Amino acid sequence: MQGMMIARAKELLQNGTVNRVLGWQTGEFVYDITPAVFETAEELDEKFVYNAFCGNNLSKYLVKETKKDGKILVFLKPCDTYSFNQLLTEHRFDREKVYAIGIPCDGKTSGEMVKSKGLSGITGIDEDGDNITVHTIYEDKTFNRDEILEERCRTCKSKKHVAYDELIGEDGEVLDSHRFDMVAKLEAMTPDERFAFWRSQLSKCIRCNACRNVCPACTCEKCVFDNPASGIAQKAAADSFEENMFHIIRAFHVAGRCTDCGECSRVCPQNIPLHLLNRKFIKDIDELYGDYQAGAEVGSRAPLVNYTAEDVEPSIVYHREGK
Amino acid sequence: MLKISLSKIQDLFAAIAADEALYIPADNAGQPQFMRWQEGLAMTDALNTVRSAKDFFFPQTENLVSFKIQGKSIEIVDPRTETEDFVVFGVRACDVRSFSILDRVFLVDPKDTYYENRRKHGTLVSMACSRPAETCFCHTFGIDAAEPEGDAVCWKTEDSLYIRANTEKGEKLLEKLRPMMEECGDEAVKAQQEKTHEILGKLPLNNFTTEKFDGDVLLKVFNSDKWKSLSEACLGCGTCTFVCPTCQCYDIRDFDTGHGVQRFRCWDSCMYSDFTLMASGNPRTSQLERFRQRFMHKLVYFPANNDGIYGCVGCGRCLSKCPISMNIVKVAKCLEGEL
Repeated sequence: MQGMMIARAKELLQNGTVNRVLGWQTGEFVYDITPAVFETAEELDEKFVYNAFCGNNLSKYLVKETKKDGKILVFLKPCDTYSFNQLLTEHRFDREKVYAIGIPCDGKTSGEMVKSKGLSGITGIDEDGDNITVHTIYEDKTFNRDEILEERCRTCKSKKHVAYDELIGEDGEVLDSHRFDMVAKLEAMTPDERFAFWRSQLSKCIRCNACRNVCPACTCEKCVFDNPASGIAQKAAADSFEENMFHIIRAFHVAGRCTDCGECSRVCPQNIPLHLLNRKFIKDIDELYGDYQAGAEVGSRAPLVNYTAEDVEPSIVYHREGK
Repeated sequence: MLKISLSKIQDLFAAIAADEALYIPADNAGQPQFMRWQEGLAMTDALNTVRSAKDFFFPQTENLVSFKIQGKSIEIVDPRTETEDFVVFGVRACDVRSFSILDRVFLVDPKDTYYENRRKHGTLVSMACSRPAETCFCHTFGIDAAEPEGDAVCWKTEDSLYIRANTEKGEKLLEKLRPMMEECGDEAVKAQQEKTHEILGKLPLNNFTTEKFDGDVLLKVFNSDKWKSLSEACLGCGTCTFVCPTCQCYDIRDFDTGHGVQRFRCWDSCMYSDFTLMASGNPRTSQLERFRQRFMHKLVYFPANNDGIYGCVGCGRCLSKCPISMNIVKVAKCLEGEL
């Protein structure tokens, strides 16, 4: 796949369709991959990579990249195409300045994920179909791909690309993913249990803002939490109230716009399952307003910014007993 | 050297905690962090905590002073109470070294009395590494992971914990623990150290060095055109700075309580758009400049002002945690080609 992508990128650079390529570049180890802009065939040959560790969703970079001259080629995994569409719906970048190639994805893992299996001293990895062998200075260990996939990939919602100019490889289908199972578990808890769960998770927050900064739905020019004139700017979570509020306010702000790409949880240095907050909103929207997938198409009116006579009444809060 | 069976480590913790607060690296909701020991709390198996031990001496937020306003009078209140003595147990060699860097910032005149007070009351018990990770490069800065600094130092083998004092504070702590431990030779420790050194030699960053960087190359590094591609994907989050054991920048702000002012400080990050914000705005207007600041500080400005000592201890946290996997190793390797 990587070879085909590099070959096609070179062609598009050479025939002038694009002048830059947005992709992933290799790092020091096998897993520390960085999003990068490539401008020459040599750079592509030297550093371009596409493997099981290319988890970064590149869509949000288009906001910045389309402000520059020329056209940029971007490679999008199926889930990234939902963010791509959502950003277009919100008029966040110029579609004319982007050439999008959809690429298949077998699910991604990460250095953190591999390390969570007790491995350390990682020196290399071999992918052989569904078997992934991790080499370390201490031992070699082979996993079935599913075992070391990130949670968002184990509950993948779609292998289908919803936006592209061309595809490399076969397109997939929207999947029945069980991604709301954990939300259902949280809903089944008593309010005290649920509060304890979230306090335990959110108390780990170091307020680094990585979740916000990586989020394709967080594209405000100036975040209210960074704006000293807002009166609620915060550089630190001074107490548990603020820890809770930052994440809850953010979840509210992206409600109906979050495509469930899962970047927030991927980047959290404390492994807080932040995507569960967003999934709760998605599940509620599905149940109260009918199934809706943000980013499935460009220009759709999200239930929360639309009015229909069938909309639920505010009293639903009482009927649902606060769940 | 003293020794105790690992099966009795909880007794050891209890003995320390009887007189002072004890913090050990433990798992909290799946993440290793320093937690106050209470009966039954076990040490994590993880190599290191997500947040470093700097929190104990330089907390993420703290109240500095408050002002109570009544009519035309302002009362200035120092919120500090007597600091309790505390022990931080199981600090890795990299993190222990970070305090000699932080001390150079906070303990030079004018001394930061908040930090100084905690340093006086805190005892650091370090833990030698026996299973370093690929992200480790403490040896780059002359740190021996198998022989950490600290008031006292521990080595954990399969069945025993060995401990030796390095300072008076450490001696004092060991005096208390002596009755429950047995005197022993250092053969087991030496054997472990030898093995660890062998592993360190196999680590991918074994040959990584920053020695080309110092104050003399300041302008060359500052003006390098490599910063553009290095910083291109930076999200401008504060992960690297907040997990870093040596990042020490902070902001001081006033909070209006309605009947007075609470002046507090909190960690700041050079990656943030409102870092060093002044009436005229942020002097570093682009992410490239903010990104550059962090690495210039660690690799150039800090050694230039501090006898060649770098502002990094090679703990590898930023290598593991950066959302886009950009870090000091990649930056130094990329820039050194220009020097």
